[in-house]
Parts: sequence; C-alpha cells; structure tokens
Amino acid sequence: MKQKAETLLEIHDLSVSFRMYGHGFSQTELQVISDLHLTVYPGEIVAVAGSSGSGKSLLASAILGILPGNAAVRGHLHYKGEELGQKRQRKLRGTEIALVPQSVAFLDPLMKVGVQTDGHRRPRPTEKRRQLFRRFGLPEETERMYPFQLSGGMARRVLVSTALLADAKLVIADEPTPGMSLAQSLEALKMFREMADEGKAVILITHDIDLAVEFADRVAVFYAGTTVETAPAADFKSGVEALRHPYSKALWKALPQNGFQPITGFQPYAGSLPKGCLFAPRCPHRTPECEREVPPVREVRGGEVRCYHGA
Amino acid sequence: MKGTCRRIIRIFLTNSLKIISLLLAVSIVSFVLVSASPVDPVQQYILGLGTAVSPQQRAEIEAYWGVNEPPMERYLGWLSELLRGNLGESAIYRRPVADIIGERFINSLALMLCAWLLAGVIGFGLGCVMGMYQNRWPDRIIKKICYVLSSVPTFWLGLVFLLVFSVWLKWFPVGFSSPIGVLSSEVSIWQKLYHLILPAFTLSLMSFANIALHTRQKLVDVRNSEYVLFARARGEGEWTILRRHGLRNILLPAMTLQFASFAELFGGSVMAENVFSYPGLGSAVAAAGLNSDVPLLLGVTLFSALFVCIGNMIANLLYGVIDPRIQEAGR
Repeated sequence: MKQKAETLLEIHDLSVSFRMYGHGFSQTELQVISDLHLTVYPGEIVAVAGSSGSGKSLLASAILGILPGNAAVRGHLHYKGEELGQKRQRKLRGTEIALVPQSVAFLDPLMKVGVQTDGHRRPRPTEKRRQLFRRFGLPEETERMYPFQLSGGMARRVLVSTALLADAKLVIADEPTPGMSLAQSLEALKMFREMADEGKAVILITHDIDLAVEFADRVAVFYAGTTVETAPAADFKSGVEALRHPYSKALWKALPQNGFQPITGFQPYAGSLPKGCLFAPRCPHRTPECEREVPPVREVRGGEVRCYHGA
Repeated sequence: MKGTCRRIIRIFLTNSLKIISLLLAVSIVSFVLVSASPVDPVQQYILGLGTAVSPQQRAEIEAYWGVNEPPMERYLGWLSELLRGNLGESAIYRRPVADIIGERFINSLALMLCAWLLAGVIGFGLGCVMGMYQNRWPDRIIKKICYVLSSVPTFWLGLVFLLVFSVWLKWFPVGFSSPIGVLSSEVSIWQKLYHLILPAFTLSLMSFANIALHTRQKLVDVRNSEYVLFARARGEGEWTILRRHGLRNILLPAMTLQFASFAELFGGSVMAENVFSYPGLGSAVAAAGLNSDVPLLLGVTLFSALFVCIGNMIANLLYGVIDPRIQEAGR
C-alpha cells in the first residue's frame, strides 16, 4: 500500500470500449483500450509510445473523463492514492490534471487567445498569464490575436501555458510534436522537462520514440490499446537486450538507426482483437498459452512487462 | 477598425454593382414574361374605366401606350421611365405604382420584421435546446414539431390559426391591420400591433423550423469539435461551453440563414397577407396578378428582388464583423 501513496496516478486493468450500432438493432462493443497498466510518479515524464491507431489519445480522454457518451470504461484509476471517479475527474480536470492538446485546432477559432487562455474560471488569471507569455517569449499582442493568426510554435506555447496557468500536478501532453520542426519539438519537450523537474508529472503521448527516449524517464510501449512494456528510457538507449517484450524489441529493431527491420503483420484493430496476448499473432516466441490467455503484468529488471516469456 | 470600415465600403460597392446588374436582368426577364403572357394591359385598363370604349378610342389608347411598337423599343421606353423613378400607374388602384409600393411596404415591413425577429429568436433558441439535448427527448419532440411545421403550407396554417384563435377563442381579430369602423388617423399603435400578432406569428412559423434545425446541427458539430473537447478537459461545464464557445460559433451560420430568409419571408407574406386580409405588399401582388395589373406587377417584382438582395448584402457585411477570419482575409 505504501507505493500507492507515493504514486500520482495509477491505472489498473483499464479497458475502454465503444458501443456501435450495426445493421438494424444489432449492437457491438468495440474494445479500444484493453487491460492497460500505467503508473506515474511525481517529477517524471512517462512517454506513452505506440503507432497510430493504438488508442493513445483515448487514454488521455479516459484519465480526464471526457470520453464520448457511447464509451464504457472498466478498471481502476487512482489519483494521489484515491479512486478517480467521474465526480472527482470533473473537479480535477483543468485544475490538477491538465491536457496539452496537439494542435491549434483545439482552440476556439473565434475567441481571442488571451481570454481563451485565461479560461472560464473567475477571477481571471490575466496577470499570471501575461507573465507566462513573457516567459515563453510570446509577443505582447499575442493575447489580442485569434488562433488562426498564431504560428505553429506560438500555438504550442499558448497551449502549454494553459496547463501551467492551471498549476496542474499532472500534465497529459497528447502528441505535442507532430508537424513541428526539430527545433520546435526540442523546445516543446524542454518545456515538459522543466515542468517535470518542478515536481509535476507529465504523460507524454507520442509516436516519436526517439524524442521520447531523449526526454522521458520511462517509456510505456503501447500496442493495440494496451501497454505491453514499461521500461526506463535508458533501456532504449542501451540496446535491444535491455528490453523485455518481443514487441518493444521489434520496435527497437525497426528504428532507422537500428537496422530498419520491420516485422510482418499488422496491429490488430478494435473489433478483431485476438483472445490471448494481443501481440501473439505476430510474435516469434509465442506458445499455446499466449493464445489462450492474456499474460499478467510482471516486474522484470526494474520494468513492467505483459508477457509469459519476456526476460 | 479602419480595415473593417474599408472592407465594408468595398463589399458595399461590389454588392451594389451586382444588385444593379441583377435588377437589370430581372427587369428584362419579367418584361419578356409579361409580353409573352396572354395578359392584355389595354383590355384591363378599359375594364377598369368601367365605361364602354369604341374601337377607335381603343386604337388611340394603344397608340398612346405604344402597344404595337417593337418589344425592344417598349422595353427601353419603360426602362428610361423607370430610371427617372416613374414606375407607371396601377390599373386597378389608379395611382402611381411607386406610391402604392411605398405605403403597402410600410405595412408589410412591420409584419415581416415582427415575423423575422420572432422566427430568428425562437428558431435560434430552440436550435440551441435541441443541440444541447441531442437525441434525448426534448430534442426529439422539438425536431418532430419542426419537421411538421416546415412541411405544412403557410396559408393552411394561417387558416387554422384564424379558426382557432380568432373564431373560436376570439383572442385576435379576424383580419385587416386596424379595427373596422375606426378612422385610420384614430387607430392607435396598440391596435395595430394587436392586428399584427397572428399574421406575424403565422409567417414566422414558416422559417423558424429551418433556422432551428440548422442551428441544432451546427451546435452538434461544435460540441463534437476538438476545441470543445479541450474546453471540457479544462473543466468547463456543458452550459459554460455553450455560452463561451457554442453561441459565438453558431451565430454566423444562423445569421446567414436569417438574412437569406428574406426571400421566403416575402413569398410567405403573399400567402399570409391574403389569408388575414392584411393590406401589405403581398396582398397587392396577389391583386395585381389576378387582375393583370402589369405596371404594379412589374414594379413589385423589381422591388422584391431589391429587397432580397439587400438582405443578402447585410449578411455579407455582418460576416466580417463577427468572424475575424473573414475580416483578415479581406485585408
């Protein structure tokens, strides 16, 4: 129980599914996140890395409790050791837990940037926001601009300042770097590093594994809606042997600098998930038990892995 | 601010040019249509005189009016008079067309303005309610009402209202714009308003369903947008989202519809005014059409085209004031 008090956010066996209406009255459940495990400690950046369509953004919505109405959530969320239910989510989002969305499309196109950053809470934190804008090198007239007038880099800094303005303890950054130049990406990630060094926790959702490894403390590898492995970021640098899960190893080998070797097959999509381990159909080490039942989470060499054979 | 002014002036000028060319086209088309129709203005004029006319006198009238000249010359003659402000004389009212349009339009304007405001306010409000309660019972009920209202013809609805509210319940007068037997100089504004309520309400029912359904769809889109997702992530409640993001993003399409509804409004007023015997432009059009009053018909046609164009121009001008993106693009 001691560990639970220390963690900022703990996610156990989280599953998210959507009710879909098929032909006529038939209803199907599409499972998009399956038995997900993730633990976040204060002062660290946890990168959630995985390919497109693996359900990463839905994880952010699930933590904040802003999934669409036809979504069903199972599993446990704990924030600061206490159950994080709908009521608490409503209270904490925008104050203790903040989202940094990925693009300028997440700003109201018809609202001036200054008022929008201040948010709906009263009294308006205008003075504090101006300080933040100055700190980020945003020119004074930024607050009178509309979102479409911002450059990509400016929009990024505005979005980050919404999280800082809230003084959130947990920041979820959803794919903050795509579409940015390398310099801009580095600048954005540096801002998240600073936040973490101030004692906040950052969940960095990304598919840019190189950048994630560079800035994160730990990396959670996401596959078909679940975390197959959570490893210290250093393991990704030290090489394929340091990793635990066959998918993480395959991912590592597929990186351009590590041989560029793809594995065969496709990530299974919601609606056609295999019964046992989600990676089993593509796994070179699979055994009959992998196909029968989902492997439990095991602690291996300071990391967590969901595999019968990972070592 | 200076940019906005310049933009407004530019839009005003380009739109005015467009309107003038459109009016020219409308005048040609309507002139051709009337010339091709079996309507004989001379015959109507003579009928209006109420006395018998000898063939010789008839030939004189025809020569005076230039009925037998080639169509091109007749059109140019009519157009040059038109440009001087002379719309001709109405065959049924025996007064200049311009005067009739002017005085009838004031009556119609009051009716249309009330109907227009009612439709806009009710439509926008109901659209917001439907959008907020998407697929739940308030949405379903209002949506069904909207479908019914937009498929029911105005004149029929007007008759039903007359029957229910005027004949059975006796809440409202049966027709006209002022009480019968009272000198027009003694009619108070309240009496006029009282006579206006039922026709205005009927007319507004025609377009409010349209506005409500469009507003609903737009609000649903807004509430599924990424910026609303982010607003939720920042802790905004659903009604705060409507106030802060919803209204400002659905106002523009709602306004476009609102000003574009001038055409429907005018068409509807013809029906509504006839049902309620309301002495506006709409009933004048019907009278002119039924009695082959060519000058009045042409005059009202041109005037209504101008009216609809002005509605659209106002919408264009207001876009830039509300949407900064359009403002910027014009700079």
